[in-house]
Amino acid sequence: MHSSIQNLCKLHSRFVLGFKVIQSLSQQKTFSSCQFKPFSLQSRIPCWRSSFHNSNKVSNLNVNSLGRKLVPRSVCTTSLLSKEEKITVNYINRDGTKMPVKAVVGDSLLDVAIDNDLDIEGYGACEGTLACSTCHLIFEEKQFDSLPGASDEEMDMLDLAWGVTDTSRLGCQITVTKDMDGMTVTVPESVADARDV
Amino acid sequence: MFIVFTMKLVTSFRCCRILQSFQRRSILGFHLQRLYSSQQQFRVCVVGSGPAGFYTAQSLVKNNKNITVDILEKLPVPFGLVRYGVAPDHPEVKNVINQFTALAQGGRCQFFGNIDIGNDVTVSELLDMYSAVVLSYGAASDKKLNIPGENLKGVYSARNFVGWYNGLPQDMELNPNLDTETAMVIGQGNVALDVARILLTPIEILKKTDISYHAQEALSRSKVKRVYLVGRRGPLQVSFTIKELREMVKLPGTRPLLQTADFKGLDKVIPGLPRGKKRLIELLYKTANEEPRNADRIETTNREWGLKFLRSPLEIIADKSGGCVAGVRFAINHIQEKGGQEIALPSGEEEFIKCGIVLKSIGYKSVQLDPIIPFDTAQGVIKNDKGRVDKVRGLYCSGWVKRGPVGVILSSLNDSIETAKTIITDIEDGTLSEKTSETSLLDLLTSRGVKTVTFEDWLNIDREERLRGQSRDKPREKISDINEMLDVAFKDKKDT
Repeated sequence: MHSSIQNLCKLHSRFVLGFKVIQSLSQQKTFSSCQFKPFSLQSRIPCWRSSFHNSNKVSNLNVNSLGRKLVPRSVCTTSLLSKEEKITVNYINRDGTKMPVKAVVGDSLLDVAIDNDLDIEGYGACEGTLACSTCHLIFEEKQFDSLPGASDEEMDMLDLAWGVTDTSRLGCQITVTKDMDGMTVTVPESVADARDV
Repeated sequence: MFIVFTMKLVTSFRCCRILQSFQRRSILGFHLQRLYSSQQQFRVCVVGSGPAGFYTAQSLVKNNKNITVDILEKLPVPFGLVRYGVAPDHPEVKNVINQFTALAQGGRCQFFGNIDIGNDVTVSELLDMYSAVVLSYGAASDKKLNIPGENLKGVYSARNFVGWYNGLPQDMELNPNLDTETAMVIGQGNVALDVARILLTPIEILKKTDISYHAQEALSRSKVKRVYLVGRRGPLQVSFTIKELREMVKLPGTRPLLQTADFKGLDKVIPGLPRGKKRLIELLYKTANEEPRNADRIETTNREWGLKFLRSPLEIIADKSGGCVAGVRFAINHIQEKGGQEIALPSGEEEFIKCGIVLKSIGYKSVQLDPIIPFDTAQGVIKNDKGRVDKVRGLYCSGWVKRGPVGVILSSLNDSIETAKTIITDIEDGTLSEKTSETSLLDLLTSRGVKTVTFEDWLNIDREERLRGQSRDKPREKISDINEMLDVAFKDKKDT
């Protein structure tokens, strides 16, 4: 099973958009076995990233100006996948633009931003491995209170985030649940963190 | 069949996006006009391929459709301190390379390595060829202690030590003295903690990382059991961050050696501290006060690290033979508040601490790459306003060389966004002009015998390094010889 998933990953890197099709056919909900996990942190890496570890060649067609691969899943998945539960999450970008997107229940808020190709500069630099704070999001107080608590490691990174508030969390650590439908999260004006290399 | 279907979707999706962006532009008439009249391309050159260089390129390409960027790098390999500064046991920090790789393969940003700016081509020549030149070449020099004994054998700059374990070609011959029990790191920042951690981490862990093989071999024979990190001020003024501190506290086989007295009274200060500092000091305080109770830890550990506060090095003392380090003589300080800042003043007392290796980690300094660059030697930065270099039209800067070598990797992102904004403003108001001549730089370099390394060539090196890593069960074995890098990079070209 492991190798078949890896093969699918390779396919994914070539036919990015076909990914969900293959995924639905293989009945695989997640690609956990091909995640690149250097440490045993409770972190998630968006599965699209795994393509970098299998193939260095990225077709120009699938790369947007941000340097991210275009994975417009929301376009194809709605018609092809009815099983996945989806809710709406509103991201407010640094310039105040409201970006409502569909989020798959079980994905992290970093996955959601990437899958929807949200135009947030530098978002998710460490790919959800708790090594930066670029996926910093500010929650509404009510929503924040209902989130599971943050680990020490997440708090350590949040301590270094710029513009941190009492309702700040890292998007990579927050798993989308049904009760989040319609919630709004805000990207702070400054995304950088303050760590030595 | 899926492929065809997929491709169709991609095409229609892209068309949709293009249409959308077109509509946005045409809301205002002059925007539409600009779209037609500005088919011109602005070519921007970025000097340096570290985070600042790549982030600036990314922001330029993203925010103006008429900009293409060439990133020039002195080494044959890209990514600067992400490759050569980030510690080998922090692979997750290096994930940002994936974003940079996608950018370099996205069609509007090209990488050219093995170009020594100042020797192979001057900044003035670049200004003639490009609409704008961005200097993002970082901080290539170190601050000095300026004390006697600084040049003794066994005294190294932490930068060179980091370069040595990370396979930086120029630091390959460092050969640090690890035949000693005690190492002294001068400085209490994250680089200091990185260096201490690498010295103390069990070799079984290190050899699974992309640490350079020669460093791995030397460290496996290391006798270093104790590392002190020395700061001239107190616990409240440490500049390392909590993630790195927590790593040290949890480091396998190693125990913290903190003096409870150094942290006395801090518990009363903690509640009033700002968020970041608060948790850091809390962790220090807790670690210092828990330590004596961890008797079992003393049994199970054979290495230790400690923080020494209120100590300024006065002299590095040589051993009897006169050639090697035997220890450091420190002035003991007290803290005094002056103009809102806590400064360290000598109390008149001194202390001698024995050690066989000294690593200076007191900060980096930028250099003036070319005489035409207005440089503030006191601050070690290029004179600039929001990234626009003073008095030289078309010249910009980002990263450490712009705001000073404050050890930050991702605040280079904000900084680069600011510089990119400045450039785009200057393009839109007509300050910068279009420069044609698509291949002039490469032609010039070829005529001067410079072999430039493209991103595709780098991928040859990347593949080879991963392959060499496989046989040693590590993610990568870096090639640390420049000629060997070039051989690997150009191997396809040789064959044909």
